Amino acid sequence: MIPLLGIPTQVLFGQLLLGLINGSFYALLSLGLAVIFGLLNVINFAHGAQYMLGAFAAWMLLNFLGIGYWPALVLAPIAVAITGIILEKLFLSRLYRLDPLYGLLLTFGVTLILEGLFRSLYGTSGQPYSPPAMLTGAVNLGFMVLPIYRGWVVLASLVICFLTWFVIEKTPLGATLRAATENPTLVQAFGINVPRMITLTYAFGVGLAGLAGVLAAPVYQVSPLMGSNLIIVVFAVVVIGGMGSILGAIVTGFALGIFEGLTKVFYPPASNIVVFVIMALVLLVRPAGLFGRER
Amino acid sequence: MSDPLLHIRGLQGYYGESHVLHGVDLDVFPGETVTLLGRNGAGKTSTLRAIMGILRRRQGTIRMNGADLLRTPPHRIARAGIGYVPEERGIFASLSVAENLTLPPKVAEGGMSLAEIHRLFPNLQERAGSQGTKLSGGEQQMLAIARVLRTGVRLLLLDEPTEGLAPVIVQRIGELLRTLKAQGMTILLVEQNFRFASTLADRHYLMEDGRVVAEIRREEMAGKMDLLHETLGV
Amino acid sequence: MAAVERNGAERDRAGGLNGTRIAIALAVAALALGAPYLLYPVFLMKLLCFALFACAFNLLIGYVGLLSFGHAAFFGGAAYVTAHVAKVWGWPPELAILAGTAAAAAMGLVMGFLAIRRQGIYFAMITLALSQMVFFVALQAPFTGGEDGIQSVPQDRMFGLFDLSDSLTFYYVVLAIFGLGFFIIWRIVNSPFGQILKAIRENEPRAISLGYRVDAYKLTAFVMSAALAGLAGGTKALVFQLASLTDIQWQMSGEVILMTLLGGIGTLVGPVVGAGLVVTLQNYLAESALPVTVVTGAIFVVVVLLFRRGIVGEIAHWLRRRG
Repeated sequence: MIPLLGIPTQVLFGQLLLGLINGSFYALLSLGLAVIFGLLNVINFAHGAQYMLGAFAAWMLLNFLGIGYWPALVLAPIAVAITGIILEKLFLSRLYRLDPLYGLLLTFGVTLILEGLFRSLYGTSGQPYSPPAMLTGAVNLGFMVLPIYRGWVVLASLVICFLTWFVIEKTPLGATLRAATENPTLVQAFGINVPRMITLTYAFGVGLAGLAGVLAAPVYQVSPLMGSNLIIVVFAVVVIGGMGSILGAIVTGFALGIFEGLTKVFYPPASNIVVFVIMALVLLVRPAGLFGRER
Repeated sequence: MSDPLLHIRGLQGYYGESHVLHGVDLDVFPGETVTLLGRNGAGKTSTLRAIMGILRRRQGTIRMNGADLLRTPPHRIARAGIGYVPEERGIFASLSVAENLTLPPKVAEGGMSLAEIHRLFPNLQERAGSQGTKLSGGEQQMLAIARVLRTGVRLLLLDEPTEGLAPVIVQRIGELLRTLKAQGMTILLVEQNFRFASTLADRHYLMEDGRVVAEIRREEMAGKMDLLHETLGV
Repeated sequence: MAAVERNGAERDRAGGLNGTRIAIALAVAALALGAPYLLYPVFLMKLLCFALFACAFNLLIGYVGLLSFGHAAFFGGAAYVTAHVAKVWGWPPELAILAGTAAAAAMGLVMGFLAIRRQGIYFAMITLALSQMVFFVALQAPFTGGEDGIQSVPQDRMFGLFDLSDSLTFYYVVLAIFGLGFFIIWRIVNSPFGQILKAIRENEPRAISLGYRVDAYKLTAFVMSAALAGLAGGTKALVFQLASLTDIQWQMSGEVILMTLLGGIGTLVGPVVGAGLVVTLQNYLAESALPVTVVTGAIFVVVVLLFRRGIVGEIAHWLRRRG
């Protein structure tokens, strides 16, 4: 294969794929964060921990109940969403009248509790989780060898992101959500149960994180710390994209993943921090974010 | 007279520490058009907000069709059959005109069908795909009224619908309200423009400092002009 | 953080010096001077370093209204710089600590410049992301020693006089450093500069319309807060003869937030109390089977839900209602 810029195409596309996979998770998680932030005005720091919960739920379903990947794709997000409902109704809803930073602090505390709990139960090393039989193996595309499961992850993420975007932007349900994000008081005066909508929206965002966790389980190992390092990068993604736009979150997530992958090829030491550097640059040039609508 | 559709007695209202309603008493009977007149800050908008539960701290009595609205959670108040058209119109920028129109859920049978609404407001159909806030002020006002007409409400609360609009639009709104009245709609109208109000209303309540200070029937209007000029500072 | 519990910020300012306060101050001073005879000096020094760290953090959140989620970068960054110059370049302790403080101030300038472009929630997220970047640099940079950190940092003679390898001597030095830092903060809060900060916090648009260059003030406060956090971090590196990744992780940023929140945001003394409690709790929990993180998280949740004024804040509130 002809090397590109001195890098063999196999390596280049391999890293691009990895970048695309990372980008899938950035997109899924920043999408959930954006949806939650839009309606609740809360930064859900626990998003990373809820992603971890999804992965562990899948792992537990397999190892304790013998329930495999495909049912787990449905059951784990539901389980995580239920924890989200409990969290919102018991704790988060008490903070809406206050400065949004308290919501950030509360969910930060929840993150510590969840991660600490799982760390004491399972340590810091990861548990393995195999992809389902149907998705194992690889396919030779000529310019690279594509592991089927990884291709699935990217495909599934794209589909989920598209569906979420579609529901929010093109359906009456989404219209209600957008209206409630803009003016919840008036929407309530029309007879729509906004508090319930808020709870369900939080549950949806959290469930999305859980779903991402199930997708992630066979790729990264299932470890209690898998969420926390990821969530901080996702925060940077969200700052870069700007919180006002669903599409912006998705595009920025994928784009930054690819960018990170490219950096890993051409200048590996910077790959950890390239997203933060981009964030710094965006802040200098366009503080509201690339797609942002706020000041 | 039959029982009032909307019955308010001794309504106290607070925005935080600020005491804005000092015991409002009013009734609106079915099929009537009633206005709340008064200067800025008299408490007219606050009264409407108190009915809709947007003003949270309230005491007293608000009954709609017998239902105690003070004990009803805010998201169920519309379901008593009340449609609210706020002062700022409240057209959603993140929704298209069509989405704005269909946002409020149906609360009862008998609301206008989409076809009827499009007949009444043709330009809303034309601009259905546009962003809601791209409409002109007058069109947005029409949209704000149209969307609650679809839901089957019996009582329409309108907060200064003619504010800032050109005379020809004001006329159209007047015609619209007259048509609705003829169809049996009950209307509670807040207006500073009492000339507009006087052409429509059966009765007027005059508000000052958070309470009703006078009730003027349509036939009494001519004789009470002095009182009106004084209270409204017109 | 416009609506955050402000606690006796006004009170502290109006108080100044009076009989009761002088008496309390003398009692505290006596306690501080006598403490190392009751408790382990190393434990007390740890407490003082974190207390200073929390006070520095509180300057930003309590008096400017900005929640920084990345203060560990200054604390840990200064620790690394101090450790490095002391061990590898052989600098005496006072210069080493100064170097750490200066490095933290420089980082504060850069981070603050970027973060202040946004408000509230975004500000918090930006500081978190930037400090995570610092963490990754620290993880990979050659001079930081990676996972091991910089160990065996020498404890020399401070100003050529005070032998820091003697815990008791070092304790009094740290006490002096803490006192200096606390005094600086007290002076900042009670100065015209502090008044302007307060005006900005209460009503920023108004301050702008009055002609104040609000961003410059915020940035200055940010740099001061970073520098003082660096002072704490550099000192800690010498106390424990170690600079490690723990000091620069995001969890450390969370800890200092907890200390300040628990003690009372916007009170002068609150962060000291909060730091004392958290450090003591961590020491105690280290022995037990309970996971520290879970307890820390639980305290966070409880304080945010029920107890936002913090301990000192609640006491001040209770005293205000009585009097």
